[in-house]
Amino acid sequence: MTALLDRSHSGADVALEVHDVTKTFQVARSASGNNRLRALDGINLTVGRGETLGLVGESGCGKSTLARTLMLLEKPDSGTVAFEGQDPFGLKGKELLAWRRRVQMVFQDPFASLNARMTAGEIISEPWATHRSLYKTGREREARLHELLQLVGLRPSDAKKSPQEFSGGQRQRIGIARALALNPELIILDEPVSALDLSVQAQVLNLLNDLQQKLGVSYIFISHDLSVVRHVTDRVAVMYLGRIIETGTTEDVFERPLHPYTAALMSASPKLDAASRPAERIVLQGELPSPLDPPSGCRFRTRCWKAQDVCATQAPPRRTASEAGRVALPVPTLRGAAPAAHAAECHFPLEDPQDAGLRATAAGT
Amino acid sequence: MPAGGEAAAAASLAEAEDAALRLRGDTATSQGRLVARRFLAHKAAMASVAVFAAIAVLAFTSIGFAGIPGWWDKSYTLAATVVDGGRPTLSLVPGWLGGEGLRWGEHPFGQDSTGKDYFALVMRGTQQSITIALVVGTVATVIGSVVGAVAGYFRGWVDSVLMRITDLVIVIPLLVLAAVLGKIAGGSGNVLVLALVLGLVTWTGLARLVRGEVLSLREREFVSAAEAMGARASRIIFRHLLPNTVGVIAVNATFAVAGAILLETSLSYLGFGVRAPDSSLGLLISQYQSAFTTRPWLFWWPGMTILAVALSVNFIGDGLRDAFDPRQSRAARRKGRTRP
Repeated sequence: MTALLDRSHSGADVALEVHDVTKTFQVARSASGNNRLRALDGINLTVGRGETLGLVGESGCGKSTLARTLMLLEKPDSGTVAFEGQDPFGLKGKELLAWRRRVQMVFQDPFASLNARMTAGEIISEPWATHRSLYKTGREREARLHELLQLVGLRPSDAKKSPQEFSGGQRQRIGIARALALNPELIILDEPVSALDLSVQAQVLNLLNDLQQKLGVSYIFISHDLSVVRHVTDRVAVMYLGRIIETGTTEDVFERPLHPYTAALMSASPKLDAASRPAERIVLQGELPSPLDPPSGCRFRTRCWKAQDVCATQAPPRRTASEAGRVALPVPTLRGAAPAAHAAECHFPLEDPQDAGLRATAAGT
Repeated sequence: MPAGGEAAAAASLAEAEDAALRLRGDTATSQGRLVARRFLAHKAAMASVAVFAAIAVLAFTSIGFAGIPGWWDKSYTLAATVVDGGRPTLSLVPGWLGGEGLRWGEHPFGQDSTGKDYFALVMRGTQQSITIALVVGTVATVIGSVVGAVAGYFRGWVDSVLMRITDLVIVIPLLVLAAVLGKIAGGSGNVLVLALVLGLVTWTGLARLVRGEVLSLREREFVSAAEAMGARASRIIFRHLLPNTVGVIAVNATFAVAGAILLETSLSYLGFGVRAPDSSLGLLISQYQSAFTTRPWLFWWPGMTILAVALSVNFIGDGLRDAFDPRQSRAARRKGRTRP
């Protein structure tokens, strides 16, 4: 497979660049005798400064493995993860700590992600015990702790309480404060609201948005919930079986998907304004194939209604929307970042519904 | 209503709200407080704490400890003339019931064959047992939890090596190993050395339990969070993993203490533990086992003391286990059994 770089950003606007990252896990032998599970297969990704990138896909497509790799909790087999050109996997000691400071994570389960034997204050200030140079004196730390508590909407007196005394939403706020404690440039949000009530979800999402406005931090927002992704992200990357198959601005990906899988995924998400879109539901056949034995060629071909012989023999090329024969739209520019191109890996990308409509009227007259 | 009154009303409302919040904060039960409350409600455990405390206070204040004199005037090493066949002078039956009245007497627990005061001897033996039990409990708990946590956290070859060593210690017959080591190290007659040796061979069960707990805990997200911030392995083990296994550790520590008391007794009975002129409960029983038919009190006093100490410590352990994990309590188990 050719190494493809998502060149939608360039230069100083890029916060994080993921290049051709592959991760394989050793597992028990499958029926076909394969014991290497390819969780990530040539991932290319860029995150712009101050941008929110959504990462969507089915369970088991490798979203969490990607998150853990970016947090340096897993070491990739090949490929690089670079922050301004600095690859962390060769780093040690102080340099490694300095790198870790720049990327932090908010976890999915607000009950499992906080140590029940520590108080909220201890949890939030724990990073400083490892990163000692950040806030040196006790007074500095105390002041910063209060600042962080206020930032996430908790009271200074909450610092002495233990996690059990908080609600799910408050616990997630503690998790966010802990991630902010090291002043990171990028925060990976791994399904940060999926365990919360709907009303609390909105509060936490608004908090995350406010923090981004104030601090200029970038987010990678991993979620199953497409309506939430649509609401909070600037760009979206769609994952399928360890590969990113489509990227683009949120509007492009949701409204004008190129990849059949993306179209199916979007049609599965319920819409409030049913009148504005045809209520056509694309139902995919079959299950997600096992990553132990991924299909040859295009990995989506086993479930794709547009699949032809070439899909089984050749890996699909990456095409931008205009290359795919769409009517050229002005490429939008996001939050001080370079233009974000819309591209997908598919032999037979979909037509823009609006284009199709235009062509139909042209043929009619 | 005038404006000032409105403001005051608003202020008092806010105050009331704050007070309510504060109240809720105070009454909100954290894990630790819940455990403490359940333990305090456990009748057998609380009675055992009282019994154990009474025995310990009696043993350490009566004949004194580590050079500090106690209130009992007779020494456990001093021989004297045997009075009345060494019969105990303690009487608990009051006069109006036909007894001799509440009386402490000259030798409340009687005298041994050489006329030594048996009360002093038993108290000395109890001191030894409690000292050994606490040292063994501490040593075994520290070694067991650290070995288990390190093996469970690092996994891989570290786990394999540590667990094979654990298996090795488990398959060695405990009593024989302790006897040999005790013979080598305890030649000085120092109970602390004996206790350390016992501690070095009784940590295995706890190591396995803690390893199991840590294997499941390390997959929790708060451990990932600590790793992601770059925390060192020692910090993750001692700040995150071990505090979350405190239930298992506390419960097993008490059972290790009870086991150590019995192990010391067995060793001393067999002649490998504490030796004369020092005294221990096991040693007293072994010395006077032949006198059981003629002078039974020489067996009963140390025997009952061992029973009381070991039982009370076991009940404390039971209470701790129920407090940390109510699902395993006897009542719950009984309920479970009646279900179809």
